[in-house]
Amino acid sequence: MSALIEVAGLTIGWGKTVLQKDAAFTVERGAIFGLLGGSGCGKSTLLRYLIGLEEPLQGTITIDGAPALQPVSARPRFGVTFQSGALLGSLTVGENVALPLQTWTALPPDAIGGIVTAKLRLVGLSKAENQMPSELSGGMRKRAALARAMALEPALLFLDEPSAGLDPISAAGLDELILLLRKELGLTFVVVTHDLESIFKICTDCIFLDKESRSIIARGDPRALRDQSPDPRVHAFFARTVPVPEVRS
Amino acid sequence: MAADARGKTTAAAGDVEHVETGDQRGELRLRGTLELAAAGPLWAELRRLERRAPKGWTLDFEMSAVERIDGGVMALLACLRAELHRRGVKSEFLKAGERVQQIIHLYGGDNAVVRLRRPRALGLLDQLGRATLGVVLEVQLVLAFLGQLVVSGLGLLRNPRAANWRELPPSMERCGADAVPIIVLINFLVGLAMAFQAAVQLKRFGANLLVADLIGISVCRELGPLMTAIVVCGRSGAAFAAELGFMKVNEEVDALRTMGLGPMRYLVLPRVLALILVLPLLTVLADLAGMLGGLLVGLTALGLTARGYWNETVRVVTLWDLSSGVLKSALFGLAIALIACQQGLATTGGAEGVGRRTTSAVVVTLFTLILVDAVLVVFLRVVGL
Repeated sequence: MSALIEVAGLTIGWGKTVLQKDAAFTVERGAIFGLLGGSGCGKSTLLRYLIGLEEPLQGTITIDGAPALQPVSARPRFGVTFQSGALLGSLTVGENVALPLQTWTALPPDAIGGIVTAKLRLVGLSKAENQMPSELSGGMRKRAALARAMALEPALLFLDEPSAGLDPISAAGLDELILLLRKELGLTFVVVTHDLESIFKICTDCIFLDKESRSIIARGDPRALRDQSPDPRVHAFFARTVPVPEVRS
Repeated sequence: MAADARGKTTAAAGDVEHVETGDQRGELRLRGTLELAAAGPLWAELRRLERRAPKGWTLDFEMSAVERIDGGVMALLACLRAELHRRGVKSEFLKAGERVQQIIHLYGGDNAVVRLRRPRALGLLDQLGRATLGVVLEVQLVLAFLGQLVVSGLGLLRNPRAANWRELPPSMERCGADAVPIIVLINFLVGLAMAFQAAVQLKRFGANLLVADLIGISVCRELGPLMTAIVVCGRSGAAFAAELGFMKVNEEVDALRTMGLGPMRYLVLPRVLALILVLPLLTVLADLAGMLGGLLVGLTALGLTARGYWNETVRVVTLWDLSSGVLKSALFGLAIALIACQQGLATTGGAEGVGRRTTSAVVVTLFTLILVDAVLVVFLRVVGL
């Protein structure tokens, strides 16, 4: 079976600023694929290119054989949750989840209502359907965003910093949910994260982006990279260490 | 070294001495506990001593006698070292103990000094040129936005369901019905003030009745549409820009795009349609309110009767006077919504960016309204309407 996402010769950035050059990798179906690296290396920016919000300076990105960059008003082929949740503040949680269904299906309102209720139950928010996003905690907002992203039953979900700003229990709960969705529904995830605990718990594969060389410096299972990578930058990231200063004389 | 009230030694001018250690080589020897709270004299002394090292010399900081140094003083020393490097004097921190060395490292005191090019101050012509280009670029962006809006609007003819029609009634309510009190009040007061100003002059010539002509024509053709547009710009234009700006920085616009909901159809079109529809209605109310203001002055200050004032108004104000103002207000509605939405969706940089774009939206819209109004007045006069 071919890879779900194929990236070849990708250069990203804006103007004269290049964040990553000549990147190439694939994401297999059913993987939980981590985009890792230090702050400012271009993880979230790379995600924007993968979900078709930006046009690459060079190179190609294909998702299931079709270019990632689609016309604005095309039916979405994947779901996305953003770092802040990005729920529409003027709609209730239920209306947020219903929005893609109202737009892209011909289902009657009662059927859409049923799907919304089921999706919210799946992410543990069955009582929040009529609440406004501003009334939810950070973790609940992210769960609601996940429910919205799954509304059209995509096979692929992109998650930007899913556990950022969450307490350890909420973050662990979200990780469990991702693992459950992968196991039960066979979904593929691409996850941008800094959270080491989450990386080791959920990611089956990852790439490691480096800011200085503007390239991918490691690829593979994060546990294997942690234990075996010869690259000191990768090792420092996973070990959460910084170089010890030398004493001058 | 100075001692504070607690008996603790702190940084002072005497904590540093300058020693020449060789040909074109010197050291600034620091000692004791160096803390920011008492760093003023030390800094003054360091600045005095560092001037002794001309370009090409080496002036190191000898740190072996420093017992403790806080971040503030270290930042000052690192800054001084960088400045020495920039004027061609080599300088390093030497012989620091382990803890002091860690602070030196933390503040980049052991890094190579990067020579930053100071940006050249822009000349007057340069600034003028850049500002002009900025205005041209903004105009270009607004026109491009208008183009996208037209394309989206035409696309709706094929697929009317693609628009966010649900947003239209609440937008019309917010921009129209909610604005009625302030629109009526302001235009009533404008009509009243104008009539009072005119009344004094007209009385002198015994032309009291002409106040109805003056108010009727000026309110219907100019003041009604313009004052209404200015108020709506301040209310709804600013609200549109802030709302869309916040949605942009909060990634809501990106989320819409990933759901296949283009911001143009989902967010912009309902707002543009709402303003194009409600502004003419508000303008009719504004015209009536302005004329009522004139009538009040006519009744109280000029001795006119309500019937006489009304008959004169109906006689002099043509249907074209009224409809030209109403049509103009639809154009104003398009301009306000278009610029506000374009500015909102161009927002970057968080809360500060939202504020900047909201201000910009109001300023650019006000300027555009006056410009469009002036162009229309001249055009209509030239074509004889």
